[in-house]
Amino acid sequence: MIQKGVAKGFPIMLGYLPIAITYGVLGEQAGMSVTEITLMSVMVFAGASQFMGVNMIALGTGAMEIIIATFVLNFRHFVMSLSFMNRVRGIGLKWKVPLSFGLTDETFAVASLHPEKAKEENGGYFYAALMLTAYSSWVIGSFLGGVLGDIVPSSLSQSMGIALYAMFIGLLIPSVKKEWRVGLIAVFAMLINYSASFIMSQGWAIVLGTVLGGFIGIPLLKEDEKE
Amino acid sequence: MILLIIIGMALVTIVPRFVPAYIVDKVHFPNWVNRWLNAIPYAALGALIFPGILTVIPDKPHIGFFGALTAVVLSFLGLNIIIAVIGATLTVYVLTM
Repeated sequence: MIQKGVAKGFPIMLGYLPIAITYGVLGEQAGMSVTEITLMSVMVFAGASQFMGVNMIALGTGAMEIIIATFVLNFRHFVMSLSFMNRVRGIGLKWKVPLSFGLTDETFAVASLHPEKAKEENGGYFYAALMLTAYSSWVIGSFLGGVLGDIVPSSLSQSMGIALYAMFIGLLIPSVKKEWRVGLIAVFAMLINYSASFIMSQGWAIVLGTVLGGFIGIPLLKEDEKE
Repeated sequence: MILLIIIGMALVTIVPRFVPAYIVDKVHFPNWVNRWLNAIPYAALGALIFPGILTVIPDKPHIGFFGALTAVVLSFLGLNIIIAVIGATLTVYVLTM
């Protein structure tokens, strides 16, 4: 189980490393110490909000503003956690609480596509190994970025920015091939997120896209059950 | 000061992550809520991909688009997700040269 979890966590590791290094480099440029850079990754473990946090620290924004903006940006994890925890009901609270700390966009997406592991014996180890693989690469990458400073050529680190998006696509497409309705749910969520991004912050737009996009799944997945 | 920011960021990130663990332990959802929650991963993937992917190179949305296209084609062919990630990264790298 542990091995399977690490294997499924490997693509996340590949996506996280360059991004974590970039985060570390930016943190260093924002005047943060290596300890602070690493500590933020250890304690927050949410990429987009850390980039935003570093950016706001560099601009000299107040603590309260940074914390509220982080809440808004990361609130999507509430919806994701609700979905994930509902799928893995069987594994018990002693697993669910520690696993919830490791939930990011990426670990959620990968773990959710393997709900069957929750029904197998020692299934908790699968999710824990997956999340720890992602977590350790995020923390180590941040530390390296902070220590190394600006040595990664910018053209390469810039290109790496697509890695996580490509991973999301790589997770979505096989599911769409199996069941086209899944693609409809995703496209619906994309359109809502895109429309909402004109009138609200990025964080709320993603929450709205996810919540409303999920709603179209209620009638769509119903037909699936009847078949 | 930065330490305070880090602790605050950690708290507001962690609480929404672990509250659902307790909720699902206490409540049983009706069927439609379960279907909604089962659709969430796909909706989340959609919302995370678009329009964010167009901002990979901030002022050149077409580069993100072609990177995405490479990932779509490679995954559609049934290739491993790692190949899709590397393919998309190379596409962006070549286009930004």
